[in-house]
Amino acid sequence: MSGDEIRETVSSMLVEQFKVDPAKIEPDATFKTMGLDSLDLVSLAMALEDRMGIELPDRELVGIENFGQAVELIEQKVPA
Amino acid sequence: MASDRRRVVVTGIGPVTPVGIGVDRFWPSLVNGESGVGKLEAFDPSPFTSRIAAEVHDFRPEDYMEPPDTRRMDRFAQFAVASARLALGDAGLEVSAIEPSRVGVVIGTGIGGITAFEREMEVLRERGPSRVSPHLVAMMIPNMAAGQVAMRLGLTGPNDSTTTACAASGHAIARGVDLIRSGAADVMLAGGTESAMSPLTLAGFCATRALSTRNDDPEGASRPFDAGRDGFVLGEGATVLVLEALEGAVARGARIYAEVAGYGLSADAHHETAPHPEGDGAVLAMQAALRDSGVEPEDVAYINAHGTSTSLGDIAEIAAIKRVFGDHARRLAVSSTKSMTGHLVGAAGSTEAAATALAIANGVLPPTINQEEPDPQCDLDVVPNTAREADVEVAMSNSFGFGGQNASLVLRRVAA
Repeated sequence: MSGDEIRETVSSMLVEQFKVDPAKIEPDATFKTMGLDSLDLVSLAMALEDRMGIELPDRELVGIENFGQAVELIEQKVPA
Repeated sequence: MASDRRRVVVTGIGPVTPVGIGVDRFWPSLVNGESGVGKLEAFDPSPFTSRIAAEVHDFRPEDYMEPPDTRRMDRFAQFAVASARLALGDAGLEVSAIEPSRVGVVIGTGIGGITAFEREMEVLRERGPSRVSPHLVAMMIPNMAAGQVAMRLGLTGPNDSTTTACAASGHAIARGVDLIRSGAADVMLAGGTESAMSPLTLAGFCATRALSTRNDDPEGASRPFDAGRDGFVLGEGATVLVLEALEGAVARGARIYAEVAGYGLSADAHHETAPHPEGDGAVLAMQAALRDSGVEPEDVAYINAHGTSTSLGDIAEIAAIKRVFGDHARRLAVSSTKSMTGHLVGAAGSTEAAATALAIANGVLPPTINQEEPDPQCDLDVVPNTAREADVEVAMSNSFGFGGQNASLVLRRVAA
């Protein structure tokens, strides 16, 4: 899965599942400004694990605050 | 009744009900005798003995809250937020114009976030604990309706919830009245909400044999006091009222529907789901409400009955009314708006208190529809089928819950 595909997938999940305004999704946009709280991030990590077939342990999510960081983390886990 | 006690009035009503959202749609539906009951649509009801319900079909949560917030709330909490906004709008109260710590919230619910609970139970069974939503707890706990109203509106006054089943919002209004009387708040958003349209809840109610199975005639299914009644119709919805201290309402020139003159609470101490056969608990609640209000039984012109359309419940309530009011029971009017709204469970008490306040304000008694064959054991004036003009100075609204928990409210016209 390419970086663009990952970005596209995460972005569509944010819009569909978390009802985020698509205009607010940018690489350095924080999840907080998109209206996601810490519980939502747990939910998002669960959904990403299922969708991408990866594991995202809580300790690796520490410090992931924006869209770009999340995509970068997933890129490291998903076979290209 | 303490004469120096603060008086509490209803200045805003926010119905989100099967017969209409907003006072402008809710009240005409009741006056016109329109039923909100239909085939149950929330899920496939075909395996159930009762396949009808009073659902809120035209509710759009995004009209009342930001889309990201809608998904944090089960439907019962969404209803509460919408109802609170409608009630404030109806009262002409701008949140920004009031000190938020003087505004409290008490929202009752019988059941809480059961649809989220049931959905996540499936997730647990099929996919294991690691896939259960982190939002589950916040979506299912019954106090979250009042919590969400405070969060979405920024209200920091006393915040509470009542969970006395079908009497929950009667108790919520009583609690709201207390908090204004005591001076803890000047304005209370008080009422109830319910959306328990889930297979598990329906199965549970079906199993109690309390639901109507008149599946081929949904609009005729809720027929309190009629000889052909066979149970209640499960409903959903919310009604929040704006309660204010009388002096504050007068000072801002608010339109006052009615005063909540007093309330009475009691317990049957009898059975989990069946009412006391002679209505002992109902008698105590009504008597306590009259005492608290300082009105005589003969002052009451109209009772909005609990009247769920069950065989035993309706008989017990009529018997209780006769015991409390004596000969006057034959002169007052008793109607059940559940004949139109279905049974909104935790939202029933406040929805019916709203109907009672509107009856006083408009001088019209809403009817009990579906009256075809009178039950000799329910032989009072039930305002059959058609609304009627009437000058109502004092009225009562009854709510009796599973658990035998009872709340009666007395509402009174406030001289203009």
